[in-house]
Amino acid sequence: MAELLAKSPCEGLLPKEVDGLTLSEAKRATMTSLSPYRGQEAVLSDVLKTEHGMALPRPNRSAGKEGARAVWFGQRQVMLIGPDPAVSLADHAALTDQSDAWAVVLLEGEGAEDVLARLVPLDLRREHFKKGHTARSQLQHMMVSITRVGDARFQIMAFRSMAKTLVHELEIAMKGVAARRAS
Amino acid sequence: MRLTCPVCGERDRREFYYMGDAVALRRPDPEAGDAVWDDYLHNRDNPAGVTRDLWQHEGGCGAWIVVTRNTMTHEVLETALASDVKGSVG
Ligand SMILES: [Zn+2]
Repeated sequence: MAELLAKSPCEGLLPKEVDGLTLSEAKRATMTSLSPYRGQEAVLSDVLKTEHGMALPRPNRSAGKEGARAVWFGQRQVMLIGPDPAVSLADHAALTDQSDAWAVVLLEGEGAEDVLARLVPLDLRREHFKKGHTARSQLQHMMVSITRVGDARFQIMAFRSMAKTLVHELEIAMKGVAARRAS
Repeated sequence: MRLTCPVCGERDRREFYYMGDAVALRRPDPEAGDAVWDDYLHNRDNPAGVTRDLWQHEGGCGAWIVVTRNTMTHEVLETALASDVKGSVG
């Protein structure tokens, strides 16, 4: 029987450290997209709260914390990250296992906003984009989900097939920010 | 150019995909006849002034948006979710 090795999306690529800024891969977690059926948002939110301890986040917001997080993920879609989804959620939403579909990285350190400012057409400074805020946007040409999960800590998700490009773009921007600081 | 997604807020144009005239929201009845279907498929106005287009917030939330804008001034007058507009387009 074949011996298969499970590899994480950023295996061999991360972590990276540049001048106090770190880029690391998030711990592997179960990821399930929840797409509420028509008119079921409120009851889905109640079930999510009962089963996983957080209400359904509104657009551009996330809920929960490390290990059990719900991230708004686009029009009528929320990504549950961490727990195995409670079966009762399926009464109110279409559930899809996306655990292997996304590369999830964490960008951390003072100046993380400056790194993202080189890549993303959004104002992600703390005054505008607070802890718990999330956005679907683009990082260069890649579609991403960006969430501020700490004071100077961002979670960035891109398609797994783009993992290498994601790391490459972020590393170049990290070096650019470091070079600008040094000059 | 900036467009306001009704879901995400004001965003850069590069996040959006342009489809064209919002005529796609007024699909004729299957039995409407050749002339009506020919017009729907092939004929478009080219207004100098206010026009209504369909855009998708492809690099964002994915929503389809009806954008009312002025081709003369480049002013964006209104944006609305296509799913909200659909019922009210005659
Ligand atoms: Zn949007």
